[in-house]
Amino acid sequence: MKIGLGIFAVALIALPYVGLPAFYESFSYLLLSAIVLATSWNILSGYSGYFSFGHGAFFGVGVYTTAGLAGKLDWPFLWTLPLAALAAAVLGVALGAVVFRVRALRGELFALLTLAITFVLATIALNTVDGGPGIQFMVDTPKLTPTASGFLYLLMLATAALTLWIAYAIYHSRFGTGLLAIHDDEDVAEVMGVPTYRFKLAAFAVSCALAGLAGGIHAVFVSYVTVAETFSIALAVNVVLMAALGGTRHWLGPAVGAVAITVLLYAFTSGQAAVLGRAMTGLILIIVIVAMPEGILGQILKRFRKNEVVRKPPVESARPAMKAKSGTILEVRGASKAFKGVQALAGVDLEVRGGEILGLVGPNGSGKSTLINVVSGHYAADGGSIRFESVELTGMPAHRIARAGIARTYQIPRPFPQLTVLQNIALPPMFGQVVMDRAAAEREAWRWLEFTGLEAKAHRLPADLNLHERKFLELARALASRPKLIFLDEVLSGLTPTEMDGALRLIRQIREQGATIVFVEHVMRAVMELTDRVVVLTYGKAIAAGLPRDVMRDPQVVDAYLGTAHA
Amino acid sequence: MGSAGSEDRLTVPSATLLGQSVLSGVFIGALYGLLGLGLSLSWGMLRQVNLTHFALAFLGGYLTFQLAAVAKVDPFVSLAITVPAFFALGMALHWFFMRFKVTLLNTLLVTFGLTSIIEAGIQWYWTADFQRMETSYAHVRWKVGPLYLSLPDVITLGLAVSLCVGMWAVLRYTDLGKAIRATTEDAPIAAAFGVNEKMLGYLVSGLAGAFAAVAGVCLALDHTLAPVQIYAWMGVVFAAVMMGGLGRPLGPLVAGIVIGVSEALTMAVTAPTWAPLVSFSLLIAILLFRPSKF
Repeated sequence: MKIGLGIFAVALIALPYVGLPAFYESFSYLLLSAIVLATSWNILSGYSGYFSFGHGAFFGVGVYTTAGLAGKLDWPFLWTLPLAALAAAVLGVALGAVVFRVRALRGELFALLTLAITFVLATIALNTVDGGPGIQFMVDTPKLTPTASGFLYLLMLATAALTLWIAYAIYHSRFGTGLLAIHDDEDVAEVMGVPTYRFKLAAFAVSCALAGLAGGIHAVFVSYVTVAETFSIALAVNVVLMAALGGTRHWLGPAVGAVAITVLLYAFTSGQAAVLGRAMTGLILIIVIVAMPEGILGQILKRFRKNEVVRKPPVESARPAMKAKSGTILEVRGASKAFKGVQALAGVDLEVRGGEILGLVGPNGSGKSTLINVVSGHYAADGGSIRFESVELTGMPAHRIARAGIARTYQIPRPFPQLTVLQNIALPPMFGQVVMDRAAAEREAWRWLEFTGLEAKAHRLPADLNLHERKFLELARALASRPKLIFLDEVLSGLTPTEMDGALRLIRQIREQGATIVFVEHVMRAVMELTDRVVVLTYGKAIAAGLPRDVMRDPQVVDAYLGTAHA
Repeated sequence: MGSAGSEDRLTVPSATLLGQSVLSGVFIGALYGLLGLGLSLSWGMLRQVNLTHFALAFLGGYLTFQLAAVAKVDPFVSLAITVPAFFALGMALHWFFMRFKVTLLNTLLVTFGLTSIIEAGIQWYWTADFQRMETSYAHVRWKVGPLYLSLPDVITLGLAVSLCVGMWAVLRYTDLGKAIRATTEDAPIAAAFGVNEKMLGYLVSGLAGAFAAVAGVCLALDHTLAPVQIYAWMGVVFAAVMMGGLGRPLGPLVAGIVIGVSEALTMAVTAPTWAPLVSFSLLIAILLFRPSKF
């Protein structure tokens, strides 16, 4: 395998020197540039799911940076390439810094926005650098190869190697895992500790820089650049098509698609056949989207994954538990939150003491889940203060709250649907109080798979789990980051009595390992058995706190649940 | 989009030129609104971003052109063929989306693929050259004060206004309209109250197709046709649709006219090549400041 790759690499580098007809050089060049563009697009759009139709724009910025500097100002061509990459990256970051702050700008809206950016940049380029007729220029390339196009081929080969290496490295890192989680459920990813804003921005910068670099090389390759050819929608769409065809959730997928589409388009190049080629790409796009949503590579890998045997690595002995301090660790004072006039939290006061299991009960709509959402940073509180180990949490982004040592489960399980059970659980440890690399996080995840009895399902997707298993997946994911404080939002609802006994055992064990638990539950039997103290919420206010037995006799609490007695 | 009144490139335009610019902006804006009507309905009510709408409008334009050139059919008579045919095409597309449960983002990709197929078909049959329909309508012009009006422009405005207002009235005042609006807000609940939401989906998608046919006639009457032009209209019309609010029939018309006029004024004051900046900057601004509306 390794030897084969080596021979392949040598053959690729030797191509300009063997004196083949010029066609092979330029065709290989086009193939490589397609690989660069599709793979770089995928780093933002495939991994994190922010589909960009504006890749042509960043490519175009690279083209015009080099064409302007080398063609009009006579800069040495090689010096313009880093600037082409930098200009595209700076533009991407500037754009992302605005766009990624707007929560609702996802999916098709992001796609439309990037499409619009392409037209804006095209208009600006046409009226400034270009001036209308296009830029024609010649540059001297270093005489390292028999022909000038041979040198450009080698440059693009190096760029393709760099791009694939970057895509590979990101895919296998924390960064890549974070991006994949953003793709599946951005809000949950943030709550699990992924710095979503920074990650998206970084991915966008890398993606744009590589497109800009390819653009810079391409400007010299064509030596005559026009706005219509450069900022074309066709390029943006072809790139999306290549990545989707190959598979967007694998680092190599876009390259596979790029080769397939380039060969296909080449088969129809001249005259009427070009029209047919465009129609064919359109048809393939439709078929791929509808019939093969995971792409060619995704489809093949799925077949392999099905036959993968669950092989559990040796699980290390338990790490020393994160001992919570004794005394009050979480102090909520006057927390309020309104949704369009509905006051979900109306000044809640709450204290959580280190090492306890605190029951949080109250009728439906009393604000229990909202309180969890506000403490975990899912929603920003309208007012009040939330202090965890004497650090103020209000106004802090959710991923920093996670890093401070607070974890939560979702009442309706929200696993990352396209990550395996193991990957789901391995995510929080990568972004918790102690940052782990991917391998260490997966070892940690196996411990929690064992703890919740999900080992046999490690390589399955969450959709293959039943409700009870999905609840346990939520639990394992919350525990995996070894939080000091954990919020369990109705983990028992919907379980059968036997399943519930198992869950209660687990929760006791969690506490024994040193975590503090806030336990939201309607199942009163569990609340009475498990909790040390109970707080009752109603209409967004805490109306009682104390020992479970006492609180349940409190007349105010009885009224809240059963209504005021008229007798 | 070149239209009457923009040939003169003056930096300080005269009052007449400004007036003519505003007027041509209103007319082109009406066409934006007409094109946007179908797009807005299928996006707002069916949650489909239908790029094929532009390709269909051009296909309608080319068919009108062909019927006029070969069989001397009046453009408005050809509507009797294109409207039912495109109604059926709209329903077929909706069937496809339902059958394969295509998500909102994927409708964008699928309809892009379909658009390139239709574009290729147009180019194969009618070539990539610009085509212009010759009819008696184009020669009818009036002079109102210092300003010129042409019949195709007036027809476009009339059709756009009547269809948008008509659709608005149907949604607002009829039981059918109420059922459509209820389905838009919450399809399962509407279905539970006895609304046949599946049938309504086909009706709305068919209507969107029919509107594309009407827009096609206006394109053929008043503009040159070329396959690449399909993409030229997308950005502006999307800006109009999003500015006007999804699923609101009057929105794209009003927004389209605002955009058309500002484009025409930009062209009058600076070079016409700057004009696309107006609509696309507007679109970006709308996306950034009101994303939750979509």
